[in-house]
Amino acid sequence: MRRQLEGSRAIAETVACCRPGVIPAYPITPQTHIVEALGTMVRKGQLAPCRFLTVESEFAAMSAAIGASLTGSRAYTATSSQGLLYMTEAVFNAAGLGAPIVMTVANRAIGAPINIWNDQSDSMALRDSGWIQLHAPDNQAAADLHVLAFRLAEELSVPVMVCVDGFVLTHAFEPIDVPEQEIVDAVLPPYRPRQVLDPDDPVTIGAMVGPEAFTEVRYLADRRLRSAPPAFERIAAEFAEAVGAPQRRARCVQDYRATGADTVVVALGSVTGTLRDVVDSIDGVGVLTITMYRPFPAEEIRAVLVGARRIVVLERALAPGASGIVTSDVRSALAGLDVPVQTVIAGLGGRPIGAASLRELLARPGLEDVTFLDLREDVIDRELGRETVREPIAERDGEAAVESAGERAGA
Amino acid sequence: MPAQSVKFYQVGSRAVGNRLLDAELRTEQSSAERRNSITSGHRACQGCGEALGARYVLDTAERVTGGRLVTVNATGCLEVFSTPYPESAWQVPWLHSLFANTASVASGVAAALEAQGRTDVRVLAQGGDGGTVDIGFACLSGMFERGDDVLFVCYDNEAYMNTGVQRSGATPAYARTATTEAVGPIPGSRPGQGKDLPRIAMAHEIPYVATATVAELRDLEAKVERAMSMRGPRYLHVLVPCPLGWGSAPAETVHLARLAQRSGLFPVFEAEHGEVTSVLPIRDRIPVEEYLRPQRRYAHLFADPPRTDLIERIQQIADRNVARYHLDPHEIPHEEGA
Amino acid sequence: MDTPFAITLGPGSSSVNRTGTWRTERPVYVDRLPPCNQACPAGENVQGWLYTAEEGDYQTAWRQLVAANPLPAVMGRVCYHPCETACNRAQLDHAVGINSVEEFLGDEAIRRGWVLPTPAPDTGKRVLVVGAGPSGLSAAYQLCLLGHHVEIRDSAARPGGMMRYAIPTFRLPRYVLDAEIDRILALGIDFRPNTPVEDLTAEHGFDAVFLAVGAQLAHRAYVPAAQSARILDALDLLGDTAAGQRPQLGRTVAVYGGGNTAMDAARTARRLGAEEAIIVYRRTRERMPANDIEVTDALEEGVRMKWLATVKHADVGVLTIERMELDEHGVPQPTGELEELQADSLVLALGQDVDHTLVDTLPGVRVEGGVVQVDEHMMTGHPGVFAGGDMVPSARSVTVAIGHGAAAARNIDAWLRGTVATPEPEREAATFERLNTWYYSDAPETVRPRLDAARRVSDFAEVTGKLDADTALYEARRCMSCGNCFGCDNCYGVCPDNAIVKVPTGHGYAIDLDYCKGCALCVTECPAGAIDMIPEPD
Ligand SMILES: Cc1cc2nc3c(=O)[nH]c(=O)nc-3n(C[C@H](O)[C@H](O)[C@H](O)COP(=O)(O)OP(=O)(O)OC[C@H]3O[C@@H](n4cnc5c(N)ncnc54)[C@H](O)[C@@H]3O)c2cc1C
Ligand SMILES: Cc1ncc(C[n+]2csc(CCOP(=O)(O)OP(=O)(O)O)c2C)c(N)n1
Ligand code: SF4
Ligand code: SF4
Ligand code: SF4
Ligand SMILES: [Mg+2]
Repeated sequence: MRRQLEGSRAIAETVACCRPGVIPAYPITPQTHIVEALGTMVRKGQLAPCRFLTVESEFAAMSAAIGASLTGSRAYTATSSQGLLYMTEAVFNAAGLGAPIVMTVANRAIGAPINIWNDQSDSMALRDSGWIQLHAPDNQAAADLHVLAFRLAEELSVPVMVCVDGFVLTHAFEPIDVPEQEIVDAVLPPYRPRQVLDPDDPVTIGAMVGPEAFTEVRYLADRRLRSAPPAFERIAAEFAEAVGAPQRRARCVQDYRATGADTVVVALGSVTGTLRDVVDSIDGVGVLTITMYRPFPAEEIRAVLVGARRIVVLERALAPGASGIVTSDVRSALAGLDVPVQTVIAGLGGRPIGAASLRELLARPGLEDVTFLDLREDVIDRELGRETVREPIAERDGEAAVESAGERAGA
Repeated sequence: MPAQSVKFYQVGSRAVGNRLLDAELRTEQSSAERRNSITSGHRACQGCGEALGARYVLDTAERVTGGRLVTVNATGCLEVFSTPYPESAWQVPWLHSLFANTASVASGVAAALEAQGRTDVRVLAQGGDGGTVDIGFACLSGMFERGDDVLFVCYDNEAYMNTGVQRSGATPAYARTATTEAVGPIPGSRPGQGKDLPRIAMAHEIPYVATATVAELRDLEAKVERAMSMRGPRYLHVLVPCPLGWGSAPAETVHLARLAQRSGLFPVFEAEHGEVTSVLPIRDRIPVEEYLRPQRRYAHLFADPPRTDLIERIQQIADRNVARYHLDPHEIPHEEGA
Repeated sequence: MDTPFAITLGPGSSSVNRTGTWRTERPVYVDRLPPCNQACPAGENVQGWLYTAEEGDYQTAWRQLVAANPLPAVMGRVCYHPCETACNRAQLDHAVGINSVEEFLGDEAIRRGWVLPTPAPDTGKRVLVVGAGPSGLSAAYQLCLLGHHVEIRDSAARPGGMMRYAIPTFRLPRYVLDAEIDRILALGIDFRPNTPVEDLTAEHGFDAVFLAVGAQLAHRAYVPAAQSARILDALDLLGDTAAGQRPQLGRTVAVYGGGNTAMDAARTARRLGAEEAIIVYRRTRERMPANDIEVTDALEEGVRMKWLATVKHADVGVLTIERMELDEHGVPQPTGELEELQADSLVLALGQDVDHTLVDTLPGVRVEGGVVQVDEHMMTGHPGVFAGGDMVPSARSVTVAIGHGAAAARNIDAWLRGTVATPEPEREAATFERLNTWYYSDAPETVRPRLDAARRVSDFAEVTGKLDADTALYEARRCMSCGNCFGCDNCYGVCPDNAIVKVPTGHGYAIDLDYCKGCALCVTECPAGAIDMIPEPD
């Protein structure tokens, strides 16, 4: 039944239906509403016997989740931005240990400068942490993906990050159908951990592995991660059937009029809706939404993009000095194909991605390799003009330096 | 003149065992059935106090919990020497995640056990002094403050040993480490109060805080037992000399731990809910010099000319401990409220 | 569990890693010679029987004790206990009261009627023992146990030698002596009282002889005296008193001499009613040959001492005394200064000499300085004739006499078998420095209760009381088991590599060389110093 809900609330209720055992959480905007809601449910006994831990940091949150997960409890947490980076070490560790934790990342920019608004720099920074990363295109998917995430994580013993654009989704009120408890129960069996701390079977978890086996450990982890796409497709289909809504069937990549299109815009997350609206009015342009970003579904993407004449990747994060993060992945998926892949950096730090701008952009004749959408050129020009070009330090030594400084002062 | 009539055992109260004692009065370590929670084949240095301390602690914890124990271990020597693939020395369930997060992982483990209703299984977290007083401190403080049901054991060898003996917040004044070389006017580790974690733990008013050394086995075992008889966050700080880091003979490990206690530099006590409840009185007090001299990390204090001024400063630290914890059994008790 | 590769490992799998290869030295358990054993003239394994006694198994402890010394109840009373002087524990607090535990065990044996071991089957050899003092009894006992036929002859009416006829009953009650001697004789020894042996050449029919006639002649010194002055020998005084008589000594008694005999004589005089007993001795207290405890006892009982004095003349009721001075060599020299000392009688306690007439006709026997010379096998110059105790050069104590008897028995046995007794293998000393005394609880000595001085002089009751079972146990447990494992589990406990295992045999522990890294922690922490580190063999 669809209800008018805030995205965060829907996520919280869905997670609740997944019967988590332990939820360690630390507050950070825009994740707060999710964990507040869960904390309240635990308080009210609605999630019994779930334990909600008010830890002292995100690092502790992820660490406690690792402990709980490896003790046989379904562990969940949520974070954003600085919080995600703060827990980085433990994020990698959870993957290394194969702890099937599910974490919501309410995507938010990373400081400095501090900025609480949405972009995807945070989860992008951790894309190679060994987690499965799912990106929610809308709030219904955001809710649904959590059920799939738990099931997938536990099937593969790999942690899953569900990325949800901060504010855009987390704080948006929409009609959302939170899956019924029975449906979730049907799709998500009780957690049966791959390995567990247990006095009756006292194994050593987290050994030190040297050069003689480390590569193999990584190889096996990579193999396991790469088995995620088909598993995800299967589970998603199962779930869609269970909810009786084929349109809610999630895919690793979502093809919107992209197959056979001249231009395909590739994007992750909530911008999907806007993009679909935009391309609806432009002939020969389709949208490819990546839901599973890690492992990277290269084959699925190539299959859709193989006929395109131009690909535009809309990036909600910037790799400074190297431009587009997703672009590189897409390029490698298209290896051997002679097709231009252009990068559009958009929506950093919460800047809205407007339909008009997108439309203008897609209509632009020679789009540059890298374009910053809605860049305030006047500001850039002014600032670039104001910036003094400093001479190399060596030349500033001695009299010459004094002289040149004097010259500059006089200029 | 009546003859004395006392039952006693010549080494009963201090040695590991004694064939004259009833089995139940002997230490866990004297038992042929002891668990050997950390077993032979581990790669600790010869005479490693940490390997010894860990076995002492865990064997007792295993006994008093009837084997219903799970452990979480910080990165550090203990973790490294016990679990290089493909061999583990642990006979207890054991989990290593990271250097800094041990207390939090343990909190998660405890929470999971509680959520599963398996409260018979107890949680013990352990780490080195670096993993406890420095990098792991925030997690530990959180674990204390939340009241999580975990016994955290710090094996204090007074430096970052596993990375090659660098200074930690628990490194004592003037001790030479690889990052506080014995050069300059103030050689070795900077003087100061360091991070006195037992006292910081007490400030959290957690149910139980205790210090112990590998030289006083009965005391140590009693403390583990006491700790395990309680619920909630508990903290045990065990002094474990490190031959490598201290520059001492491997054979001297236990002896040095004893001298540390006897000098007053390492006060051995127990506290409940923030109040000291008992101390191990110094049986035969020695000047700090006797403890410092056999350790190469203090060699610069005894060079030519000797740094008697600094030795005196260290003596003052010992004196302060003795006064603070009333470690001198001959001390006249202070009249209160007079 | 479906554990992931390498990250998760099976429990205890490190045992495949044999860390023993790291070792350059290895620990070994040793049995060192404790100073008490070393010092015991009777050759007791003191540490050994204390080890058993501290378990409360007194009978076994007693059996270990009587293996060397068949007179523990006597020794527990009269031995000067050099073992305690040597005891390592003296350096910690006070020596272990070895002697008092020995007495306790001896008395327990008497009280409970514990019996000595059964002698070995008859060897058909016959040994003659002359003298039933401690030395002769000790030899007879050992020889009898070895299966030889032993005949003891003594000129006295009852066995015991000086133990019966000299040592006062307030130090050694005779029921104790009787009980222990009877037990020895009951092994099947042929004891002939009132049978002096005067000429050994006349003795035939024995395969070997052991002489132990002691030093029974009172040493004569010329003291000018008035006809009716009352002068008597200490040995006579003590002998008569021991026999139940009450010799008349008068109100004031002077005892001339500074040895134990003088002390016993003076203390006996007090008990016989002398209001004053004064010891007159040429040298100072420090130079008195008497045992310190005996001097203290005497002083406690009101005996007075007159040091640096000689008796120049004895008259009725009064002695003339010359004051002496020590010269630079510590030898007393007359000063010519005279004084008078009131004394109703003068008891001479100037030492004892050996009556060696019985060997004078025996070829090969050498007498030097008044004593019979023996070789390292306790044999005189006459093959097959052995001697020991006070009659040979010795410190002249019951304990030494017993030790001589036992040593002679070993050598006689070898002689009878046509071999030579091999000396016990040398053991390295268990020095105090090797101990880790930290582990021993602070435990001051248990002092045997003693009679008040006032009560002491009124009768001949035994002065020194006994330990009871508790205090004896306490005292035994004060022993630090120097140089010998006593099962404290320290090595087992302190090994960081679990490389010490408990085994049912031997020391109770063994080193697991597969894992021992050679850190020597076990060595340092062994309280008893019973582990050595030795270089790893190639
Ligand atoms: C007063 C006194 C107190 C003493 N107190 C102590 C003490 O407290 N502690 C201690 O350790 N020592 C003490 N001693 C010394 C100790 O008594 C002797 O050293 C010890 O008894 C010597 O033993 P023995 O067997 O050599 O000789 P003895 O004990 O002298 O025995 C010799 C035996 O040989 C017999 N005999 C002698 N001649 C013949 C013969 N021709 N034929 C047959 N039999 C013969 C004698 O009758 C006697 O029974 C004391 C001595 C005296 C005199
Ligand atoms: C986050 C992090 N920083 C640094 C290290 C490197 N490191 C590993 S063990 C160690 C020292 C451990 O010292 P301590 O906790 O005192 O234990 P010890 O080895 O002395 O027993 C350090 C610094 C690490 N593993 N992780
Ligand atoms: S460096 Fe120190 S703590 Fe580490 S294994 Fe060696 S002795 Fe033990
Ligand atoms: S302590 Fe015991 S073994 Fe050591 S010398 Fe004394 S009695 Fe002998
Ligand atoms: S303590 Fe253990 S490793 Fe060290 S020497 Fe003794 S047996 Fe060997
Ligand atoms: Mg350390």
